[in-house]
Amino acid sequence: MTEHVVLRHRQPGLENINQLAAYQASGGFEAYRTVVTSMTPQAVIDLIKASGLRGRGGAGFPTGVKWSFLSNRFPRYVVANSDESEPGTFKDREIMERNPFQFLEGLMIASYAAQASTAYNYLRGEFWELAARLDAQIAELHAAGLLGKNVLGTQYSLAVHNHLGAGAYICGEESALLESIEGKLGQPRLKPPFPADRGLYGQPTVVNNTETLANIPPIVARGAEWYRTLGTESSPGTKVMCLSGHVANAGNYEVPFGITFRELIFGLAGGIRGGRTLKAILPSGASAPILAATDKVLDTRLTYEDVAALGSQLGSASIILMDETVDMSWVALKTTHFFKHESCGKCTPCREGTYWMTHILDRVQAGGVQATDLALLSDVTQQIGGKCLCPLGDFATSAVVSSLKLFPADYEQHLMGAAAVPAKPAARAKVAQPVS
Amino acid sequence: MMSLQQKYPDEVAAILARYPADNKRSAVMPLLYLAQRAENYVPAAALDEVAALCEIAPTQVASIVGFYTLYYDKPGGRHRIQVCTDLPCALRGADDFAAKLCAHLGVEMGATTADGKVTVEAVMCLAACDRAPMFQVQNGAGLTFHENQTLESVKALVAKLQAE
Repeated sequence: MTEHVVLRHRQPGLENINQLAAYQASGGFEAYRTVVTSMTPQAVIDLIKASGLRGRGGAGFPTGVKWSFLSNRFPRYVVANSDESEPGTFKDREIMERNPFQFLEGLMIASYAAQASTAYNYLRGEFWELAARLDAQIAELHAAGLLGKNVLGTQYSLAVHNHLGAGAYICGEESALLESIEGKLGQPRLKPPFPADRGLYGQPTVVNNTETLANIPPIVARGAEWYRTLGTESSPGTKVMCLSGHVANAGNYEVPFGITFRELIFGLAGGIRGGRTLKAILPSGASAPILAATDKVLDTRLTYEDVAALGSQLGSASIILMDETVDMSWVALKTTHFFKHESCGKCTPCREGTYWMTHILDRVQAGGVQATDLALLSDVTQQIGGKCLCPLGDFATSAVVSSLKLFPADYEQHLMGAAAVPAKPAARAKVAQPVS
Repeated sequence: MMSLQQKYPDEVAAILARYPADNKRSAVMPLLYLAQRAENYVPAAALDEVAALCEIAPTQVASIVGFYTLYYDKPGGRHRIQVCTDLPCALRGADDFAAKLCAHLGVEMGATTADGKVTVEAVMCLAACDRAPMFQVQNGAGLTFHENQTLESVKALVAKLQAE
Protein backbone atom coordinates (compact mmCIF):
# COMPACT_ATOMS: atom_id res chain seq x y z
CA MET A 1 0.00 0.00 0.00
CA THR A 2 1.40 3.37 -0.99
CA GLU A 3 1.51 6.02 1.66
CA HIS A 4 -1.25 8.57 1.77
CA VAL A 5 -0.12 11.92 0.43
CA VAL A 6 -3.51 13.64 0.50
CA LEU A 7 -5.60 11.48 2.87
CA ARG A 8 -2.83 11.71 5.46
CA HIS A 9 -5.34 11.42 8.29
CA ARG A 10 -5.57 7.74 7.39
CA GLN A 11 -1.96 7.15 8.40
CA PRO A 12 -1.69 5.66 11.90
CA GLY A 13 -0.96 8.41 14.42
CA LEU A 14 -2.23 11.20 12.18
CA GLU A 15 -5.96 10.73 12.80
CA ASN A 16 -6.19 14.09 14.57
CA ILE A 17 -4.56 16.33 11.97
CA ASN A 18 -7.86 18.13 11.60
CA GLN A 19 -6.71 19.87 14.80
CA LEU A 20 -4.26 22.69 14.10
CA ALA A 21 -1.82 21.68 16.87
CA ALA A 22 -1.69 18.07 15.63
CA TYR A 23 -1.30 19.21 12.04
CA GLN A 24 1.58 21.50 12.96
CA ALA A 25 3.18 18.76 15.08
CA SER A 26 3.20 16.57 11.97
CA GLY A 27 5.13 19.22 10.05
CA GLY A 28 2.12 21.19 8.93
CA PHE A 29 2.65 24.76 7.68
CA GLU A 30 6.43 24.26 7.42
CA ALA A 31 6.04 24.24 3.63
CA TYR A 32 4.08 27.48 3.78
CA ARG A 33 6.68 29.01 6.10
CA THR A 34 9.46 28.01 3.72
CA VAL A 35 7.62 29.45 0.73
CA VAL A 36 6.67 32.76 2.32
CA THR A 37 9.98 33.44 4.07
CA SER A 38 12.52 32.11 1.58
CA MET A 39 11.11 31.52 -1.91
CA THR A 40 10.13 33.85 -4.71
CA PRO A 41 6.66 33.33 -6.23
CA GLN A 42 8.35 32.29 -9.49
CA ALA A 43 10.40 29.64 -7.68
CA VAL A 44 7.17 28.13 -6.28
CA ILE A 45 5.60 28.08 -9.75
CA ASP A 46 8.73 26.42 -11.16
CA LEU A 47 8.67 23.80 -8.41
CA ILE A 48 5.04 22.89 -9.05
CA LYS A 49 5.73 22.78 -12.80
CA ALA A 50 8.68 20.46 -12.19
CA SER A 51 6.53 18.15 -10.05
CA GLY A 52 4.19 17.52 -12.98
CA LEU A 53 1.13 17.99 -10.71
CA ARG A 54 -2.05 17.91 -12.79
CA GLY A 55 -5.43 19.36 -11.84
CA ARG A 56 -7.59 16.86 -9.98
CA GLY A 57 -10.93 18.47 -10.74
CA GLY A 58 -11.32 16.54 -13.95
CA ALA A 59 -9.40 18.14 -16.79
CA GLY A 60 -5.92 17.12 -15.61
CA PHE A 61 -4.29 20.36 -16.76
CA PRO A 62 -0.75 20.91 -15.37
CA THR A 63 -1.14 23.12 -12.30
CA GLY A 64 2.18 24.98 -12.50
CA VAL A 65 1.55 25.82 -16.15
CA LYS A 66 -1.88 27.17 -15.24
CA TRP A 67 -0.28 29.43 -12.62
CA SER A 68 2.31 30.69 -15.09
CA PHE A 69 -0.44 32.02 -17.40
CA LEU A 70 -1.44 34.79 -14.97
CA SER A 71 -1.51 38.20 -16.60
CA ASN A 72 0.71 40.85 -15.10
CA ARG A 73 -2.06 42.83 -13.39
CA PHE A 74 -3.14 43.21 -9.76
CA PRO A 75 -5.01 42.44 -7.63
CA ARG A 76 -5.03 38.74 -8.42
CA TYR A 77 -7.23 36.10 -6.85
CA VAL A 78 -6.93 32.42 -6.04
CA VAL A 79 -10.11 30.37 -5.85
CA ALA A 80 -10.44 26.82 -4.54
CA ASN A 81 -13.04 24.84 -6.41
CA SER A 82 -14.71 22.81 -3.64
CA ASP A 83 -18.00 22.58 -5.47
CA GLU A 84 -17.70 18.76 -5.71
CA SER A 85 -20.99 18.01 -7.42
CA GLU A 86 -20.22 15.28 -9.94
CA PRO A 87 -22.39 12.24 -9.15
CA GLY A 88 -20.08 9.70 -7.53
CA THR A 89 -17.56 12.22 -6.19
CA PHE A 90 -16.97 12.57 -2.46
CA LYS A 91 -13.21 13.06 -2.13
CA ASP A 92 -12.92 16.81 -1.54
CA ARG A 93 -15.39 16.46 1.30
CA GLU A 94 -13.18 13.88 3.06
CA ILE A 95 -10.11 16.07 2.50
CA MET A 96 -11.78 19.16 3.96
CA GLU A 97 -13.35 17.24 6.85
CA ARG A 98 -10.39 15.17 7.91
CA ASN A 99 -7.31 16.98 6.60
CA PRO A 100 -8.53 20.57 6.25
CA PHE A 101 -5.29 22.32 7.13
CA GLN A 102 -3.32 20.58 4.40
CA PHE A 103 -5.88 21.83 1.88
CA LEU A 104 -5.79 25.34 3.38
CA GLU A 105 -1.99 25.30 3.40
CA GLY A 106 -2.05 24.39 -0.30
CA LEU A 107 -4.48 27.20 -1.01
CA MET A 108 -2.24 29.62 0.89
CA ILE A 109 0.90 28.51 -0.97
CA ALA A 110 -0.96 28.89 -4.27
CA SER A 111 -2.02 32.37 -3.20
CA TYR A 112 1.58 33.33 -2.45
CA ALA A 113 2.72 31.93 -5.80
CA ALA A 114 0.03 33.98 -7.55
CA GLN A 115 0.80 37.02 -5.36
CA ALA A 116 -2.84 37.17 -4.41
CA SER A 117 -3.86 38.77 -1.14
CA THR A 118 -7.39 37.38 -1.16
CA ALA A 119 -8.44 33.78 -1.74
CA TYR A 120 -11.93 32.29 -1.82
CA ASN A 121 -12.93 28.71 -1.19
CA TYR A 122 -16.13 28.02 -3.13
CA LEU A 123 -18.01 25.15 -1.48
CA ARG A 124 -21.24 23.63 -2.69
CA GLY A 125 -24.09 24.87 -0.50
CA GLU A 126 -24.73 21.39 0.85
CA PHE A 127 -21.33 21.53 2.61
CA TRP A 128 -22.90 23.87 5.15
CA GLU A 129 -21.58 22.16 8.29
CA LEU A 130 -18.18 21.74 6.70
CA ALA A 131 -18.03 25.45 5.80
CA ALA A 132 -18.81 26.40 9.39
CA ARG A 133 -15.88 24.27 10.61
CA LEU A 134 -13.59 25.74 7.94
CA ASP A 135 -14.62 29.26 9.03
CA ALA A 136 -13.43 28.42 12.53
CA GLN A 137 -10.22 26.85 11.21
CA ILE A 138 -9.46 29.92 9.10
CA ALA A 139 -9.96 32.06 12.21
CA GLU A 140 -7.42 29.86 14.02
CA LEU A 141 -4.91 30.52 11.24
CA HIS A 142 -5.43 34.26 11.64
CA ALA A 143 -4.87 33.95 15.39
CA ALA A 144 -1.68 31.96 14.72
CA GLY A 145 -0.31 34.67 12.42
CA LEU A 146 -0.39 32.40 9.37
CA LEU A 147 -3.11 34.50 7.76
CA GLY A 148 -3.74 38.23 7.91
CA LYS A 149 -1.49 41.21 7.54
CA ASN A 150 2.26 40.62 7.31
CA VAL A 151 2.19 36.84 7.46
CA LEU A 152 5.04 35.46 9.61
CA GLY A 153 6.56 38.92 9.82
CA THR A 154 6.97 39.27 6.04
CA GLN A 155 5.55 41.82 3.62
CA TYR A 156 3.01 39.26 2.44
CA SER A 157 -0.64 39.56 3.54
CA LEU A 158 -3.41 37.10 2.86
CA ALA A 159 -7.10 36.65 3.71
CA VAL A 160 -9.09 33.48 2.95
CA HIS A 161 -12.89 33.41 2.82
CA ASN A 162 -15.38 30.61 2.31
CA HIS A 163 -18.18 31.21 -0.16
CA LEU A 164 -21.13 28.81 -0.13
CA GLY A 165 -22.93 27.96 -3.34
CA ALA A 166 -26.59 27.04 -3.23
CA GLY A 167 -27.20 23.89 -5.25
CA ALA A 168 -25.99 24.19 -8.83
CA TYR A 169 -23.74 21.56 -10.46
CA ILE A 170 -22.74 24.00 -13.16
CA CYS A 171 -20.84 26.09 -10.60
CA GLY A 172 -18.13 23.42 -10.67
CA GLU A 173 -17.25 24.82 -14.11
CA GLU A 174 -14.67 27.44 -13.28
CA SER A 175 -16.12 30.41 -15.14
CA ALA A 176 -19.63 29.69 -13.81
CA LEU A 177 -18.10 29.43 -10.35
CA LEU A 178 -16.56 32.88 -10.72
CA GLU A 179 -19.88 34.30 -11.88
CA SER A 180 -21.46 32.79 -8.79
CA ILE A 181 -18.94 34.44 -6.44
CA GLU A 182 -19.70 37.69 -8.22
CA GLY A 183 -23.32 37.28 -7.16
CA LYS A 184 -24.66 36.32 -10.58
CA LEU A 185 -26.35 33.28 -12.05
CA GLY A 186 -23.92 30.37 -12.32
CA GLN A 187 -23.62 30.42 -16.08
CA PRO A 188 -20.36 29.74 -17.93
CA ARG A 189 -18.51 32.53 -19.71
CA LEU A 190 -17.35 32.43 -23.29
CA LYS A 191 -13.63 31.59 -23.33
CA PRO A 192 -11.20 33.13 -24.03
CA PRO A 193 -10.46 35.19 -22.04
CA PHE A 194 -9.48 32.55 -19.52
CA PRO A 195 -9.54 33.22 -15.77
CA ALA A 196 -5.75 33.61 -15.69
CA ASP A 197 -6.30 36.81 -17.67
CA ARG A 198 -9.82 37.87 -16.71
CA GLY A 199 -11.23 35.88 -13.81
CA LEU A 200 -12.86 37.06 -10.62
CA TYR A 201 -13.94 40.73 -10.92
CA GLY A 202 -12.14 40.78 -14.27
CA GLN A 203 -8.78 40.26 -12.58
CA PRO A 204 -6.17 37.52 -13.13
CA THR A 205 -7.36 34.47 -11.20
CA VAL A 206 -6.21 30.93 -10.49
CA VAL A 207 -8.93 28.32 -9.95
CA ASN A 208 -7.74 24.98 -8.56
CA ASN A 209 -9.58 21.94 -7.26
CA THR A 210 -9.44 21.10 -3.54
CA GLU A 211 -7.50 17.86 -4.06
CA THR A 212 -5.01 19.61 -6.35
CA LEU A 213 -4.30 22.17 -3.64
CA ALA A 214 -3.92 19.47 -0.97
CA ASN A 215 -1.05 17.98 -3.02
CA ILE A 216 0.99 21.19 -2.86
CA PRO A 217 2.35 21.20 0.73
CA PRO A 218 3.92 17.72 0.37
CA ILE A 219 5.48 18.72 -2.96
CA VAL A 220 7.05 21.80 -1.37
CA ALA A 221 8.16 19.83 1.69
CA ARG A 222 9.60 16.81 -0.14
CA GLY A 223 10.45 18.09 -3.58
CA ALA A 224 9.39 17.57 -7.16
CA GLU A 225 11.68 14.56 -7.63
CA TRP A 226 10.09 12.70 -4.75
CA TYR A 227 6.65 13.48 -6.15
CA ARG A 228 7.61 12.07 -9.52
CA THR A 229 8.52 8.75 -7.91
CA LEU A 230 4.76 8.27 -7.41
CA GLY A 231 2.38 7.52 -10.27
CA THR A 232 3.41 7.50 -13.91
CA GLU A 233 5.59 9.69 -16.11
CA SER A 234 2.72 11.77 -17.49
CA SER A 235 0.36 11.44 -14.49
CA PRO A 236 2.60 11.82 -11.43
CA GLY A 237 1.45 11.48 -7.85
CA THR A 238 -1.49 9.81 -6.24
CA LYS A 239 -5.19 10.18 -6.95
CA VAL A 240 -8.13 9.81 -4.64
CA MET A 241 -10.50 7.43 -6.41
CA CYS A 242 -14.14 7.52 -5.28
CA LEU A 243 -15.76 4.10 -5.63
CA SER A 244 -19.54 3.84 -5.48
CA GLY A 245 -22.41 1.76 -6.79
CA HIS A 246 -22.26 -2.04 -6.66
CA VAL A 247 -18.77 -2.27 -5.19
CA ALA A 248 -18.33 -4.31 -2.02
CA ASN A 249 -16.51 -1.58 -0.11
CA ALA A 250 -17.53 1.84 -1.37
CA GLY A 251 -15.37 4.78 -0.38
CA ASN A 252 -12.28 6.78 -1.22
CA TYR A 253 -9.05 5.04 -2.19
CA GLU A 254 -5.86 7.05 -2.55
CA VAL A 255 -3.62 5.16 -4.96
CA PRO A 256 -0.75 6.04 -7.25
CA PHE A 257 -1.79 6.83 -10.80
CA GLY A 258 -1.19 3.79 -12.96
CA ILE A 259 -2.78 0.96 -10.99
CA THR A 260 -5.43 -0.81 -13.02
CA PHE A 261 -9.20 -0.84 -12.64
CA ARG A 262 -8.87 -4.52 -11.69
CA GLU A 263 -6.33 -3.87 -8.94
CA LEU A 264 -8.45 -1.08 -7.52
CA ILE A 265 -11.85 -2.75 -7.70
CA PHE A 266 -10.95 -6.36 -6.94
CA GLY A 267 -7.65 -5.94 -5.11
CA LEU A 268 -8.51 -3.04 -2.83
CA ALA A 269 -12.28 -2.56 -2.77
CA GLY A 270 -13.40 -6.16 -2.31
CA GLY A 271 -14.89 -6.69 -5.78
CA ILE A 272 -18.59 -6.57 -6.57
CA ARG A 273 -21.28 -6.78 -3.92
CA GLY A 274 -22.86 -10.17 -3.39
CA GLY A 275 -20.31 -11.90 -5.65
CA ARG A 276 -22.14 -10.66 -8.73
CA THR A 277 -20.50 -9.93 -12.05
CA LEU A 278 -19.34 -6.46 -12.97
CA LYS A 279 -21.14 -5.29 -16.09
CA ALA A 280 -20.12 -1.68 -16.63
CA ILE A 281 -18.09 1.20 -15.24
CA LEU A 282 -18.70 4.94 -15.29
CA PRO A 283 -15.13 6.14 -14.63
CA SER A 284 -15.97 9.82 -14.23
CA GLY A 285 -19.39 10.08 -12.66
CA ALA A 286 -22.23 10.91 -14.96
CA SER A 287 -20.02 12.86 -17.35
CA ALA A 288 -17.91 10.45 -19.36
CA PRO A 289 -18.81 7.47 -21.57
CA ILE A 290 -19.70 4.15 -19.96
CA LEU A 291 -17.14 1.36 -20.26
CA ALA A 292 -18.13 -2.30 -20.59
CA ALA A 293 -16.22 -4.31 -17.99
CA THR A 294 -14.09 -6.26 -20.45
CA ASP A 295 -10.65 -7.66 -19.62
CA LYS A 296 -9.12 -4.91 -21.74
CA VAL A 297 -10.87 -2.24 -19.67
CA LEU A 298 -10.12 -3.89 -16.34
CA ASP A 299 -6.43 -4.16 -17.18
CA THR A 300 -6.26 -0.50 -18.17
CA ARG A 301 -4.14 1.74 -15.99
CA LEU A 302 -5.88 4.56 -14.18
CA THR A 303 -4.20 7.59 -15.74
CA TYR A 304 -5.65 10.49 -17.70
CA GLU A 305 -4.12 9.15 -20.93
CA ASP A 306 -4.97 5.47 -20.58
CA VAL A 307 -8.65 5.99 -19.75
CA ALA A 308 -8.94 8.54 -22.56
CA ALA A 309 -7.49 5.94 -24.94
CA LEU A 310 -10.49 3.72 -24.11
CA GLY A 311 -12.79 6.49 -25.32
CA SER A 312 -13.77 7.70 -21.87
CA GLN A 313 -12.24 9.99 -19.23
CA LEU A 314 -10.71 9.56 -15.78
CA GLY A 315 -12.03 13.01 -14.85
CA SER A 316 -12.26 13.44 -11.11
CA ALA A 317 -12.18 9.61 -10.75
CA SER A 318 -15.71 9.17 -9.49
CA ILE A 319 -15.91 5.52 -10.43
CA ILE A 320 -19.46 4.13 -10.41
CA LEU A 321 -19.70 0.34 -10.72
CA MET A 322 -22.73 -1.51 -12.03
CA ASP A 323 -23.37 -5.23 -11.82
CA GLU A 324 -25.11 -7.59 -14.24
CA THR A 325 -28.60 -6.68 -12.96
CA VAL A 326 -28.40 -3.09 -14.17
CA ASP A 327 -30.30 -1.96 -17.26
CA MET A 328 -28.08 0.57 -19.02
CA SER A 329 -31.05 2.39 -20.55
CA TRP A 330 -32.11 3.13 -16.96
CA VAL A 331 -28.59 4.40 -16.21
CA ALA A 332 -28.86 6.73 -19.21
CA LEU A 333 -32.22 7.98 -17.91
CA LYS A 334 -30.70 8.66 -14.47
CA THR A 335 -27.73 10.61 -15.83
CA THR A 336 -29.89 12.48 -18.36
CA HIS A 337 -32.37 13.44 -15.68
CA PHE A 338 -29.44 14.81 -13.69
CA PHE A 339 -28.16 16.94 -16.58
CA LYS A 340 -31.64 18.16 -17.46
CA HIS A 341 -31.96 19.42 -13.88
CA GLU A 342 -28.46 20.90 -13.86
CA SER A 343 -28.37 22.53 -17.29
CA CYS A 344 -28.02 26.25 -16.60
CA GLY A 345 -30.24 27.01 -19.58
CA LYS A 346 -27.84 29.35 -21.33
CA CYS A 347 -27.24 27.25 -24.48
CA THR A 348 -30.28 25.99 -26.35
CA PRO A 349 -28.86 22.59 -27.47
CA CYS A 350 -28.16 21.64 -23.85
CA ARG A 351 -31.33 23.12 -22.33
CA GLU A 352 -33.69 21.65 -24.94
CA GLY A 353 -31.67 18.54 -25.74
CA THR A 354 -31.53 17.28 -22.16
CA TYR A 355 -35.28 17.87 -21.93
CA TRP A 356 -36.03 15.79 -25.02
CA MET A 357 -33.56 13.04 -24.18
CA THR A 358 -35.24 12.68 -20.78
CA HIS A 359 -38.64 12.41 -22.44
CA ILE A 360 -37.54 9.67 -24.81
CA LEU A 361 -35.68 7.77 -22.08
CA ASP A 362 -38.71 7.99 -19.80
CA ARG A 363 -40.73 6.39 -22.58
CA VAL A 364 -38.06 3.71 -23.03
CA GLN A 365 -38.52 2.74 -19.38
CA ALA A 366 -42.29 2.78 -19.79
CA GLY A 367 -41.97 0.39 -22.73
CA GLY A 368 -43.67 2.62 -25.25
CA VAL A 369 -40.96 3.06 -27.87
CA GLN A 370 -40.18 1.87 -31.36
CA ALA A 371 -36.84 1.51 -33.10
CA THR A 372 -37.36 4.92 -34.70
CA ASP A 373 -37.47 6.48 -31.20
CA LEU A 374 -34.03 5.09 -30.45
CA ALA A 375 -32.78 6.56 -33.72
CA LEU A 376 -34.34 9.87 -32.70
CA LEU A 377 -32.59 9.66 -29.33
CA SER A 378 -29.30 9.12 -31.08
CA ASP A 379 -30.03 12.04 -33.38
CA VAL A 380 -30.74 14.37 -30.43
CA THR A 381 -27.36 13.52 -28.89
CA GLN A 382 -25.70 14.68 -32.10
CA GLN A 383 -27.54 17.99 -31.93
CA ILE A 384 -26.05 18.68 -28.48
CA GLY A 385 -22.48 17.42 -28.73
CA GLY A 386 -19.92 20.12 -29.48
CA LYS A 387 -22.55 22.84 -29.73
CA CYS A 388 -22.45 24.38 -26.23
CA LEU A 389 -20.35 26.95 -24.40
CA CYS A 390 -19.25 24.59 -21.65
CA PRO A 391 -18.78 20.82 -21.52
CA LEU A 392 -22.09 20.12 -19.72
CA GLY A 393 -23.87 19.51 -23.02
CA ASP A 394 -21.24 16.99 -24.11
CA PHE A 395 -21.32 15.35 -20.67
CA ALA A 396 -25.08 14.92 -20.95
CA THR A 397 -24.76 12.83 -24.10
CA SER A 398 -21.91 10.58 -22.88
CA ALA A 399 -23.89 7.91 -21.05
CA VAL A 400 -26.63 7.92 -23.69
CA VAL A 401 -24.34 7.50 -26.69
CA SER A 402 -22.12 4.89 -25.02
CA SER A 403 -24.98 2.82 -23.63
CA LEU A 404 -26.74 2.76 -27.02
CA LYS A 405 -23.52 1.58 -28.60
CA LEU A 406 -22.32 -0.94 -26.00
CA PHE A 407 -25.60 -2.27 -24.64
CA PRO A 408 -28.21 -2.09 -27.43
CA ALA A 409 -30.07 -5.11 -26.01
CA ASP A 410 -30.80 -3.10 -22.85
CA TYR A 411 -32.82 -0.71 -25.03
CA GLU A 412 -34.31 -3.27 -27.39
CA GLN A 413 -35.94 -5.17 -24.52
CA HIS A 414 -38.18 -2.12 -24.05
CA LEU A 415 -39.37 -1.93 -27.65
CA MET A 416 -43.09 -2.33 -28.14
CA GLY A 417 -43.79 -6.01 -28.65
CA ALA A 418 -40.47 -7.13 -27.22
CA ALA A 419 -40.60 -10.10 -24.85
CA ALA A 420 -40.43 -8.86 -21.29
CA VAL A 421 -37.18 -10.57 -20.37
CA PRO A 422 -34.08 -8.91 -19.01
CA ALA A 423 -31.54 -8.09 -21.69
CA LYS A 424 -28.39 -10.11 -21.83
CA PRO A 425 -25.49 -7.87 -21.06
CA ALA A 426 -23.04 -7.32 -23.88
CA ALA A 427 -20.03 -9.59 -24.05
CA ARG A 428 -17.95 -9.13 -20.98
CA ALA A 429 -15.16 -10.76 -19.11
CA LYS A 430 -15.43 -13.05 -16.15
CA VAL A 431 -14.17 -10.86 -13.37
CA ALA A 432 -15.14 -12.75 -10.26
CA GLN A 433 -11.57 -13.62 -9.33
CA PRO A 434 -10.03 -11.08 -7.02
CA VAL A 435 -6.50 -9.98 -7.77
CA SER A 436 -4.31 -9.20 -4.82
CA MET B 1 -41.09 43.38 9.86
CA MET B 2 -37.54 43.81 11.11
CA SER B 3 -34.89 44.20 8.47
CA LEU B 4 -31.90 41.85 8.19
CA GLN B 5 -29.68 44.68 9.33
CA GLN B 6 -31.78 45.10 12.45
CA LYS B 7 -31.98 41.38 13.16
CA TYR B 8 -28.45 40.31 12.27
CA PRO B 9 -26.29 43.48 12.18
CA ASP B 10 -22.96 41.74 12.92
CA GLU B 11 -23.49 38.97 10.38
CA VAL B 12 -24.53 41.40 7.64
CA ALA B 13 -21.41 43.46 8.28
CA ALA B 14 -19.18 40.37 8.32
CA ILE B 15 -20.64 39.14 5.03
CA LEU B 16 -20.13 42.50 3.30
CA ALA B 17 -16.54 42.66 4.60
CA ARG B 18 -15.59 39.47 2.75
CA TYR B 19 -15.86 41.09 -0.67
CA PRO B 20 -14.29 44.17 -2.28
CA ALA B 21 -16.19 47.36 -1.48
CA ASP B 22 -16.95 47.94 -5.16
CA ASN B 23 -18.31 44.39 -5.60
CA LYS B 24 -21.04 44.26 -2.99
CA ARG B 25 -23.12 42.11 -5.32
CA SER B 26 -20.97 39.15 -4.24
CA ALA B 27 -22.78 39.22 -0.90
CA VAL B 28 -26.11 38.27 -2.45
CA MET B 29 -25.85 34.51 -1.82
CA PRO B 30 -24.80 34.64 1.85
CA LEU B 31 -27.36 37.40 2.49
CA LEU B 32 -30.09 35.22 0.97
CA TYR B 33 -29.20 32.44 3.41
CA LEU B 34 -29.70 35.00 6.21
CA ALA B 35 -33.01 36.10 4.68
CA GLN B 36 -34.11 32.45 4.61
CA ARG B 37 -33.17 31.73 8.22
CA ALA B 38 -36.37 32.76 10.00
CA GLU B 39 -39.04 31.30 7.73
CA ASN B 40 -37.11 28.68 5.70
CA TYR B 41 -37.87 30.67 2.55
CA VAL B 42 -37.02 34.12 1.24
CA PRO B 43 -39.95 36.48 1.93
CA ALA B 44 -40.65 38.98 -0.85
CA ALA B 45 -39.84 41.91 1.44
CA ALA B 46 -36.30 40.60 1.91
CA LEU B 47 -35.60 40.83 -1.83
CA ASP B 48 -35.68 44.63 -1.67
CA GLU B 49 -33.37 44.81 1.30
CA VAL B 50 -30.85 42.32 -0.10
CA ALA B 51 -30.95 44.23 -3.38
CA ALA B 52 -30.25 47.52 -1.59
CA LEU B 53 -27.36 46.00 0.40
CA CYS B 54 -25.84 44.56 -2.78
CA GLU B 55 -26.58 47.66 -4.87
CA ILE B 56 -28.48 45.67 -7.53
CA ALA B 57 -32.12 45.49 -8.63
CA PRO B 58 -34.65 43.35 -6.72
CA THR B 59 -35.33 41.37 -9.93
CA GLN B 60 -31.66 40.39 -10.02
CA VAL B 61 -31.93 39.04 -6.48
CA ALA B 62 -35.12 37.18 -7.43
CA SER B 63 -33.33 35.56 -10.38
CA ILE B 64 -30.67 34.24 -7.98
CA VAL B 65 -33.41 32.74 -5.79
CA GLY B 66 -34.89 31.11 -8.87
CA PHE B 67 -31.62 29.75 -10.25
CA TYR B 68 -30.13 28.10 -7.17
CA THR B 69 -32.05 25.15 -5.76
CA LEU B 70 -31.32 25.76 -2.07
CA TYR B 71 -33.28 29.04 -2.04
CA TYR B 72 -37.06 29.01 -1.88
CA ASP B 73 -39.48 31.79 -2.74
CA LYS B 74 -42.46 30.00 -1.18
CA PRO B 75 -42.96 28.49 2.26
CA GLY B 76 -42.64 24.73 2.57
CA GLY B 77 -42.41 22.43 5.54
CA ARG B 78 -40.48 23.51 8.60
CA HIS B 79 -37.89 20.91 7.61
CA ARG B 80 -37.11 19.72 4.10
CA ILE B 81 -35.93 16.12 3.91
CA GLN B 82 -33.98 15.97 0.66
CA VAL B 83 -33.21 12.42 -0.44
CA CYS B 84 -30.51 11.88 -3.03
CA THR B 85 -31.92 9.61 -5.74
CA ASP B 86 -29.10 10.11 -8.24
CA LEU B 87 -27.45 7.15 -9.93
CA PRO B 88 -24.86 6.10 -7.30
CA CYS B 89 -27.42 6.29 -4.49
CA ALA B 90 -30.10 4.63 -6.64
CA LEU B 91 -27.75 1.68 -7.21
CA ARG B 92 -27.79 1.27 -3.44
CA GLY B 93 -31.54 1.41 -3.01
CA ALA B 94 -32.29 5.15 -2.77
CA ASP B 95 -35.39 5.10 -5.01
CA ASP B 96 -36.97 2.39 -2.89
CA PHE B 97 -35.95 4.21 0.29
CA ALA B 98 -37.49 7.47 -0.97
CA ALA B 99 -40.75 5.73 -1.94
CA LYS B 100 -41.04 4.12 1.49
CA LEU B 101 -40.34 7.43 3.20
CA CYS B 102 -43.11 9.09 1.17
CA ALA B 103 -45.47 6.26 2.10
CA HIS B 104 -44.57 6.65 5.76
CA LEU B 105 -45.20 10.40 5.62
CA GLY B 106 -48.37 9.84 3.61
CA VAL B 107 -47.39 12.36 0.94
CA GLU B 108 -46.26 12.40 -2.66
CA MET B 109 -42.65 13.24 -3.47
CA GLY B 110 -42.27 17.03 -3.26
CA ALA B 111 -45.23 17.51 -0.92
CA THR B 112 -45.53 18.65 2.70
CA THR B 113 -47.12 16.77 5.60
CA ALA B 114 -50.49 18.05 6.84
CA ASP B 115 -48.93 19.39 10.05
CA GLY B 116 -46.61 21.56 7.95
CA LYS B 117 -43.53 20.08 9.61
CA VAL B 118 -41.89 18.07 6.84
CA THR B 119 -41.48 18.47 3.08
CA VAL B 120 -39.90 15.53 1.25
CA GLU B 121 -37.93 16.13 -1.93
CA ALA B 122 -35.81 14.04 -4.31
CA VAL B 123 -32.53 15.84 -5.04
CA MET B 124 -29.37 15.47 -7.08
CA CYS B 125 -26.04 14.07 -5.89
CA LEU B 126 -24.96 15.26 -2.41
CA ALA B 127 -21.37 13.89 -2.39
CA ALA B 128 -22.13 11.02 -0.03
CA CYS B 129 -22.47 8.19 -2.56
CA ASP B 130 -20.57 5.68 -0.44
CA ARG B 131 -23.05 6.08 2.41
CA ALA B 132 -26.37 5.68 0.60
CA PRO B 133 -29.23 5.76 1.24
CA MET B 134 -28.75 9.28 2.53
CA PHE B 135 -30.51 12.62 2.73
CA GLN B 136 -29.99 16.10 4.05
CA VAL B 137 -32.37 18.06 6.20
CA GLN B 138 -32.64 21.71 5.25
CA ASN B 139 -34.26 24.28 7.49
CA GLY B 140 -33.64 27.93 8.24
CA ALA B 141 -30.66 27.07 10.43
CA GLY B 142 -28.84 25.31 7.62
CA LEU B 143 -28.27 21.78 6.35
CA THR B 144 -27.34 18.53 8.06
CA PHE B 145 -26.37 15.25 6.39
CA HIS B 146 -27.87 11.91 7.45
CA GLU B 147 -26.02 8.97 5.95
CA ASN B 148 -26.29 5.15 5.91
CA GLN B 149 -30.00 5.51 6.55
CA THR B 150 -32.65 2.85 7.04
CA LEU B 151 -36.41 3.20 7.10
CA GLU B 152 -36.25 2.81 10.90
CA SER B 153 -33.66 5.55 11.34
CA VAL B 154 -35.56 8.03 9.19
CA LYS B 155 -38.85 7.20 10.93
CA ALA B 156 -37.23 8.04 14.26
CA LEU B 157 -35.93 11.32 12.87
CA VAL B 158 -39.31 12.23 11.40
CA ALA B 159 -40.97 11.56 14.76
CA LYS B 160 -38.45 13.90 16.39
CA LEU B 161 -38.96 16.64 13.80
CA GLN B 162 -42.75 16.37 14.03
CA ALA B 163 -42.65 16.57 17.83
CA GLU B 164 -40.78 19.90 17.74
